[in-house]
Amino acid sequence: MARLTAGIGCSHVPAIGAAWDLKKTGQDYWKPLFDGFEFSKRWEEAEKPDVVFLVYNDHATAFSLDLIPTFAIGVADRFNPADEGWGARPVPVVEGHPELAWHIAQSVIQDDFDLTIVNKMDVDHGLTVPMTLMFGQPEAWPCKVIPFAVNVVQYPPPSGARCYAIGKAIRKAIDSFPEDLNVQVWGTGGMSHQIQGPRSGLINRDFDTAFLDGLTRDPAALSRMPHVKYMREAGAEGVELVMWLIMRGALDEAAREIYRFYHVPASNTAVGHIILENPS
Amino acid sequence: MAEAYDDIPGTTVFDHRQSRLGYHLNQFCMSLMKADNRERFLAGERAYLDEWPMTEDQKQAVMARDYNRMIELGGNIYFLAKIFATDGKSFQYAAALMTGMSQEEYAQMMLKGGRSPQGAQTKSEWVGQEPYRNRSEPKPNG
Repeated sequence: MARLTAGIGCSHVPAIGAAWDLKKTGQDYWKPLFDGFEFSKRWEEAEKPDVVFLVYNDHATAFSLDLIPTFAIGVADRFNPADEGWGARPVPVVEGHPELAWHIAQSVIQDDFDLTIVNKMDVDHGLTVPMTLMFGQPEAWPCKVIPFAVNVVQYPPPSGARCYAIGKAIRKAIDSFPEDLNVQVWGTGGMSHQIQGPRSGLINRDFDTAFLDGLTRDPAALSRMPHVKYMREAGAEGVELVMWLIMRGALDEAAREIYRFYHVPASNTAVGHIILENPS
Repeated sequence: MAEAYDDIPGTTVFDHRQSRLGYHLNQFCMSLMKADNRERFLAGERAYLDEWPMTEDQKQAVMARDYNRMIELGGNIYFLAKIFATDGKSFQYAAALMTGMSQEEYAQMMLKGGRSPQGAQTKSEWVGQEPYRNRSEPKPNG
């Protein structure tokens, strides 16, 4: 049977992708950030996941205002890195896992979560930046990826409680997939940041620290935080953090934090990263 | 209807009100995802904008690259990003512009840990602290 072994939280700032692609990782500004992911890259080399269920948000790339799905699951064989207005990132094509993706879609929808099913979708920095941070620059990505896009652009995004609950439904689906696969769930975006209007640049280290603490210790309580609290205290775009609760919902309650990294700034944003392992 | 988040200073939540105002502005931005359109826009902005059923105010704000005004008129930052990407500018460039700080001042603020959340969470505590001078920004509490 498929096994969900670990969850990862990771910011997905576009400037990180640009810094990597332009080979600036050794510069004073960027080195501390990339150093913070050295442990994680080694850990992934040992873990060798077969599939990553990657929760992220599309940034007006695959979805415009014509169609705004709250939860969209990618079931295609492959997903191309998107041209977001400055040309596509020079990273490998993302290979999907249609069989598991369809299995999850069917199971989760029958558990009353109404997903949008996507056969054709380019993936933007929201998905490819965490891939770069966790895997570096291989010729091909070392695992299959199921993209799971969450609307956090058009208010309201799904609530934290809804995200936490859908994580549990995704876990149930993974557990019932007959093939022996090592599966990870990643939640991406955040941490505190605001990139619009006169309050741009807001960072709230105390909020972020409390979020990371609560994520491991008491995610059910964390999931009840209203959107307005994220937006007020962690910046308008800090509300992306609800996506981390999908990852947490998929893990065991007893999941253990094995690594944490926090860094300010990457461009306008606080970068947060956590690795949680399920008890084996 | 008033919303709880209306009290967050220096912030426009992209909700149903903004989305209805900004639909065509944002869809124009989406068109800049294609290299051909980017070229055509830069070659003649007014003519390109006139192909879209946007308001005159929206067109003027785009041509002035007044991002605060575009947001006020329904623009969403992830869509507006297509405009500054077309100009070859970064998110940090646009963010600094919206605060009214210089690029250097803004970059220094971020290196020092970013804008403090202290005094920046409600409109009443934000009064007089705004580092910007922008004609389009409504008065706090206004």
